[in-house]
Amino acid sequence: MVPEAEFTSYYGRPVVKAPRWSWDIPAYLFLGGLSGGSAMLGAGGDLSGRPALRRAGRLGGLAAITASVGLLVHDVGRPERFLNMLRVAKPTSPMSMGTWIISAYAPGIGVAAVSELLPVLPRAIRDSPLGAVLRVSARPAGLAAAAIAPAVASYTAVLLADTAVPAWHEAHRELPFVFIGSSAASAAGLGLVFAPVGEAGPARRLATFGAIMELGTSRRIENQLGLAGEAFTTGKPARLLATASNLTAGGVLLATLLARRSRLAAVVAGVALLAGGVFERFGLYHAGIESANDPKYTVVPQRRRLEQEGPVRADS
Amino acid sequence: MAECHPVGFQWVMEAKARGAKIIHVDPRFTRTSAVSDLHVPLRAGSDIAFVGGLINYVLSAGKEFREYVTAYTNASTIVGADYVDSEDLGGLFSGWDDETHVYDPSSWAYEGVNVGASAGKREEGAGAESAGGESGAQGAERSKDAEQSHQFGSGGASLGEGAKIQTDPTLTHPRCVFQVLKRHFARYTPEMVQEVCGVPPELFGQVAEALTDNSGRERTSAFCYAVGWTHHSTGVQYIRTAAILQLLLGNIGRPGGGIMALRGHASIQGSTDIPTLYNILPGYLPMPHAHQHESLDSYVERNGSATGYWAYMRAYAVSLLKAYWGDAATAENDFCFDYLPRVTGDHSTYATVRDQIEGKVPGYFILGQNPAVGSANAKMQRLGLANLDWLVVRDFVVIESASFWLNGPEIETGELETTKIPTEVFFMPAAAHTEKDGTFTQTQRMLQWHHQAVEPPGDCRSELWFYYQLGRKLREKLAGSTDERDRPLLDLAWDYPTDDHGDPDAEAVLQEINGRGPGGDLLSAYTQLTGDGSTSCGCWIYCGVYADGVNQAARRTPGREQNYVAPEWGWAWPANRRILYNRASADPEGRPWSERKAYVQWDEAQGRWVGPDVPDFEPTKRPDYVPPEDATAEHAIGGSDPFIMQADGKGWLFVPSGLVDGPLPTHYEPHESPVSNPMYAQQSNPARENYGGAYNMLNPVPGDPGEDLFPYVYTTYRLTEHHTAGGMSRFVPYLSELQPAFFCEVSPELAAERGLEAGGWATIITARTAIEARVLVTDRMVPLRAGGKVIHQIGLPYHWGPNGISTGDAANELLSVALDPNVHIQDTKALTCDIQPGRRPRGPALLRYVENYRWRGGITAETGKQARTTGPASASTQGSTS
Amino acid sequence: MTQTTANHLFGPLDPAAEAGYPDHPPRLGFFTDTTVCIGCKACEVACKEWNNVPEDGIDFLGLSYDNTGSLGASTWRHVAFIEQASIEQPKPLGAQEPGVTGRHAPVVDLGMPSTAPPGTTAGADGRTEFRWLMSSDVCKHCTHAACLDVCPTGALFRTEFGTVVVQQDVCNGCGYCVPACPYGVIDQRKGDGRAWKCTLCYDRLQGGLTPACAKACPTESIQFGVLDELRERAAARVEQLHAAGISDARLYGADPTDGVGGAGAFFLLLDEPEVYGLPPDPVVTTRDLPSMWLHAGAAALTLLAGVVSTFWGRR
Ligand SMILES: Nc1nc2c(c(=O)[nH]1)N[C@H]1C(S)=C(S)[C@@H](COP(=O)(O)OP(=O)(O)OC[C@H]3O[C@@H](n4cnc5c(=O)[nH]c(N)nc54)[C@H](O)[C@@H]3O)O[C@H]1N2
Ligand SMILES: Nc1nc2c(c(=O)[nH]1)N[C@H]1C(S)=C(S)[C@@H](COP(=O)(O)OP(=O)(O)OC[C@H]3O[C@@H](n4cnc5c(=O)[nH]c(N)nc54)[C@H](O)[C@@H]3O)O[C@H]1N2
Ligand code: SF4
Ligand code: SF4
Ligand code: SF4
Ligand code: SF4
Ligand code: SF4
Ligand SMILES: [Mo]
Repeated sequence: MVPEAEFTSYYGRPVVKAPRWSWDIPAYLFLGGLSGGSAMLGAGGDLSGRPALRRAGRLGGLAAITASVGLLVHDVGRPERFLNMLRVAKPTSPMSMGTWIISAYAPGIGVAAVSELLPVLPRAIRDSPLGAVLRVSARPAGLAAAAIAPAVASYTAVLLADTAVPAWHEAHRELPFVFIGSSAASAAGLGLVFAPVGEAGPARRLATFGAIMELGTSRRIENQLGLAGEAFTTGKPARLLATASNLTAGGVLLATLLARRSRLAAVVAGVALLAGGVFERFGLYHAGIESANDPKYTVVPQRRRLEQEGPVRADS
Repeated sequence: MAECHPVGFQWVMEAKARGAKIIHVDPRFTRTSAVSDLHVPLRAGSDIAFVGGLINYVLSAGKEFREYVTAYTNASTIVGADYVDSEDLGGLFSGWDDETHVYDPSSWAYEGVNVGASAGKREEGAGAESAGGESGAQGAERSKDAEQSHQFGSGGASLGEGAKIQTDPTLTHPRCVFQVLKRHFARYTPEMVQEVCGVPPELFGQVAEALTDNSGRERTSAFCYAVGWTHHSTGVQYIRTAAILQLLLGNIGRPGGGIMALRGHASIQGSTDIPTLYNILPGYLPMPHAHQHESLDSYVERNGSATGYWAYMRAYAVSLLKAYWGDAATAENDFCFDYLPRVTGDHSTYATVRDQIEGKVPGYFILGQNPAVGSANAKMQRLGLANLDWLVVRDFVVIESASFWLNGPEIETGELETTKIPTEVFFMPAAAHTEKDGTFTQTQRMLQWHHQAVEPPGDCRSELWFYYQLGRKLREKLAGSTDERDRPLLDLAWDYPTDDHGDPDAEAVLQEINGRGPGGDLLSAYTQLTGDGSTSCGCWIYCGVYADGVNQAARRTPGREQNYVAPEWGWAWPANRRILYNRASADPEGRPWSERKAYVQWDEAQGRWVGPDVPDFEPTKRPDYVPPEDATAEHAIGGSDPFIMQADGKGWLFVPSGLVDGPLPTHYEPHESPVSNPMYAQQSNPARENYGGAYNMLNPVPGDPGEDLFPYVYTTYRLTEHHTAGGMSRFVPYLSELQPAFFCEVSPELAAERGLEAGGWATIITARTAIEARVLVTDRMVPLRAGGKVIHQIGLPYHWGPNGISTGDAANELLSVALDPNVHIQDTKALTCDIQPGRRPRGPALLRYVENYRWRGGITAETGKQARTTGPASASTQGSTS
Repeated sequence: MTQTTANHLFGPLDPAAEAGYPDHPPRLGFFTDTTVCIGCKACEVACKEWNNVPEDGIDFLGLSYDNTGSLGASTWRHVAFIEQASIEQPKPLGAQEPGVTGRHAPVVDLGMPSTAPPGTTAGADGRTEFRWLMSSDVCKHCTHAACLDVCPTGALFRTEFGTVVVQQDVCNGCGYCVPACPYGVIDQRKGDGRAWKCTLCYDRLQGGLTPACAKACPTESIQFGVLDELRERAAARVEQLHAAGISDARLYGADPTDGVGGAGAFFLLLDEPEVYGLPPDPVVTTRDLPSMWLHAGAAALTLLAGVVSTFWGRR
């Protein structure tokens, strides 16, 4: 436990403003990550001949991205103007970049996913030229989406980091790795739930990969970031993140030890991984909120830096 | 000043930027203190002791500006042998009458000068009317006398005929004013200041040094005050104390000096000049008295003066009557002098409210006021309003004075019942200043014209419209009447050009105020006024505001295009003069006291007074002019007598007549105080007007049973964010959000002592009632040690009431009515109370809660009213009590 | 000194030129000299009147005379009131000299002054010196404005005067600018959803007028003008104050090489910035944007590699 920081502020009021977002946004982060990971898993399933995994990845990818965008639209103050996002393309705005990334990603995953529905669609559609096009373009579309998917999974880390929120900004080097890790673990969870044990090998391995990335980098954030790290290890964020770690670790353990044999274990492991992903995103999100609301996270590091290194200056 | 006059305060900030030292004397640390060089917290109600201490410092160290004092003040004047100072009478001056509770000021007169006679003559016939009721004869007597003081207007008392003032220019005669002053203030030592005010001697010393170092030939210091000094039962004497000090330091009539009364409402100066007061007419002419002023001649004789500018009072009065009644006013009918209403006694606002409660007032107009919140003892105000036949309220919003019958606190407690209140209330929407043309007269006596910016919304109308149309309708109704008593109304000169809405042209009114000569041409100076009926003038001191047919008040020449006095910005009365008595800025020979402080000086070559300002002197009167024996009017003022409105041309350190509570200021405790007067056996101003009574019960003072019930001092004041009784701020979201709730300011020490929680609620109790406020614990409030006790002071902004966006209890519920006897102003600044954590009881329980306090303190309608006190036996008074 | 090389995202530059106004008027801004602020809040009210900003809540905060609390969507000027009851050294500007001897006890260093509501930190023996600082805060119109940088719709834009303004008809209320601002200035308005902040009275500037708040300020605590001239004036003022023994006086946001490339609205303070609720040494978040994208890219590739490897060569 770091000793209580001594600092001055204006009646303890926040210096920077936490975003006014609701639970929509952590949910959107989770779903976006899930979608990206799923699309990649689906593409892998496609290329490696694992139809169930392919199907789960593609459908999960579309559902998640749709819900994710839905939440995003819902969260903006003027939903009717959501599309104003497409007025500009600004590299300095991760949200703008993200919008374009999703715009590039969504059609691919959409086509790939819809093609999975062909068998259950009415014959008229299946046999129509549209059906033919869907069948032909499913793989290229799925692969295209998978190619963009890593960006879908990682840009949201920049979205959070490119703010004055101390916990997020200070963690700007680590957050992308947590995010892709979490994304991989969640997608793996989806694969474990929906793919039969025989096809789920990559999902089990992806779970391990994701968990290592997520948990490893999280520890790094907590231990290496100084005061900002404290935002992740105290209060509500800490509880959320601990739950996330437990679920994820438990999910991976279950996946590696039992899921190979038991479908039920696979489903439980998958659900645990998915839940872990949800908790992880909410935990990271709230760590940011708390760090913005408590002025110490803004004042103390800046003050220390000032005292130790002097003011930040551009050498012009 | 930063709090209540922020726009004017920019000049203080500018002075500070140029090196001026700013000292702020206030019980509380305010926004003004925050930017001042020194803040002096003192016990509320103790300033006479503080400033008296400064006077003593000046006198005992010989730091007065001797030449100035000798030449320009009455320091050398010999006071009559009958005068006995308060130092020798335990706090009373000679002339006190224990029966009538008033002073006979005749013993305060100058040696051999019949000042008293003049005052005596003025008393004749008065007092015939008896106020009756609970106030009794005492009240009537007192108010009658108080009213006399007002009649001196801006002129002070006359000296009586054949006056020959005796002086001792060496200032050593034991009865010369200077020596009287020295003796009077000798006990106002730094130690006494500490004892009375709670100001440590080192801090007092800093102020004394700063002030004296910055006064004299080369430098001047200014005093700024407002109602922190006037709202006391000794308010007038507060200002007198400052006047004495400033005269001693040579800080009057000189640039950078003076005593600035920072005034209140935007044109409150204007409504004193062209008064909304019952006892004066425009230009400080006294309102005639029913029994004293039978004819114009007797009116002028009694109120004018043989010497000084008040010698022309007849010209001012006749011109006013001509402005009122035009052609109907003729020499034969005394210029309609008989038409003027007459006063018969004290008709000031609190006296009227008492009369309302006693059922003597059938109807009432409330315009630009919200007494149900803004006046002391708000309950008394509402009980008065609830006992009328009709009431007209003109305001922008439904203020508490218009809604008391619906949601006043008495409805909640059950003391009043809506259906049983007889008053018929007419609410008339008023136009705001931005919605009409007109002038504001500010603190420097400067008139500034404001143009209408927008049309008033809906049915809102200007005051001008309202009164003009009301007069027109009344005259229509009375047309053809042969009843004599309708003549004043029917003969009025009541024709003004009007616009499409029937609104009279405000410039036409200003022209009438300015005055016209025989040919109807606009006058340019009051010296043109005559008493023969050939001139008319609505307010003699405003004569010249329309000089040359130009609205001088509308001038806005930028500062950089004129000299630093900026005479072409607006117009200041009299005669566009910016500093009064500015002859004092030169020495007796007419040379500037110093080059740094040069202002108005005698130019021998031109044979006249010159300077950046209009000289406040006859322009060609030589500095060495000595008036002949029999001179009258301005000719009786010598060439080196700057104070031309005074009969002797001098600045008065000692006031031989004109005040009803003493010729010199002396420290009295506020009428409610937690300490015994450390200076005298006499506790409070004996001449104060103390209403007492069932709705105005008084807190016990030291020595009374229950003296510990109300151990804290509270003071009431304003916040920058709100305006007075709130009609213009509590209804405005942008202001309400800035100060959203009624609160009390307390020190951390008091909060700890009473268990008050920051941000929580507190109940504040007096013998009148209890109110609740949010708690603002702040280090800006400091406990002081004074009168042998630790004094905790509580600050209460008085802006709140039940209506509007930001609501809360009104601080004025707590106040009692105790008035300065000279001007009938209430004491709002220093009273006592108790404070308890939590909210107040509601409904009838509130009455029981307060009743319990009264019971514990033995408080009744009769207690606490004594005028003369001999002090508690144990009090360590050093003064003689004989 | 932490040195970073200047580029488009960091360091001094002419923001209007950078935004593509080749022939633009000189950059305009504010110099707020808090030493002469009297806390009258005329600036707050004038701003609301001119810009039609709605009321921001009728809440008694009990924080000295501050009842608006902070800048926000409906408070574009905010006057802070800081009651300093316990300060280590006697400071000029208003001294509270109590008569009660207890208060003359040596000043205790409380370590964390003024984080608590006024009056709750110091006790009877806690103070001899007292001051009440007031300061009118506003959007800094940063040279490198994070709010503008991150806005995904282009609603936030740079004007020809170098100021930063929200186009209300474009803003979709994504709220991204809110956490981006290193000073906590801009905010979304409840019920409206869009982001609002000081426009530096863009409409008035276009009409050649002084912004409403500066116009209303009675003491010229808010000085408006050409930024370069204001910086000179401010430097002279600091020198004057130092000469007068007020060694605490310092400028905040005036340096074009600072973390936001210099603020268009800068301040003269008498204490550390955090005392006024300002960040001590803010840096525009986008300074680190290249590094962020780089790390995100690396992470993305890692993910790709991770996924590929899970499929590689196994069945
Ligand atoms: N913002 C704003 N401005 C206003 C008004 C308003 O309501 N709001 N009202 C206007 C009106 S009508 C008027 S009359 C003026 C009044 O202007 P001020 O007189 O300045 O107003 P107050 O706040 O009533 O009182 C001033 C100070 O007197 C202090 N005080 C109390 N008792 C004593 C005492 O015994 N001695 C000394 N030395 N100080 C004492 C109080 O703590 C307070 O700080 O303001 C005018 N200007
Ligand atoms: N406790 C305590 N009590 C005090 C004081 C104090 O310091 N402490 N101060 C006293 C002083 S100095 C004063 S001046 C009084 C003020 O107290 P009041 O005069 O009773 O109260 P205001 O709120 O000033 O009332 C003015 C009303 O006029 C209205 N008004 C404004 N312009 C116009 C207009 O053009 N036409 C009409 N018809 N109405 C208009 C406003 O809306 C407002 O409601 O309070 C006094 N009471
Ligand atoms: S409200 Fe009017 S009178 Fe009062 S300070 Fe402001 S401008 Fe002056
Ligand atoms: S202060 Fe904040 S809101 Fe203002 S320009 Fe800078 S980043 Fe944007
Ligand atoms: S809320 Fe409006 S101004 Fe702010 S970033 Fe989003 S679109 Fe831009
Ligand atoms: S510049 Fe205009 S918008 Fe900005 S705070 Fe001042 S008045 Fe408000
Ligand atoms: S208007 Fe000026 S003096 Fe008043 S609070 Fe604002 S900055 Fe301070
Ligand atoms: Mo007033």
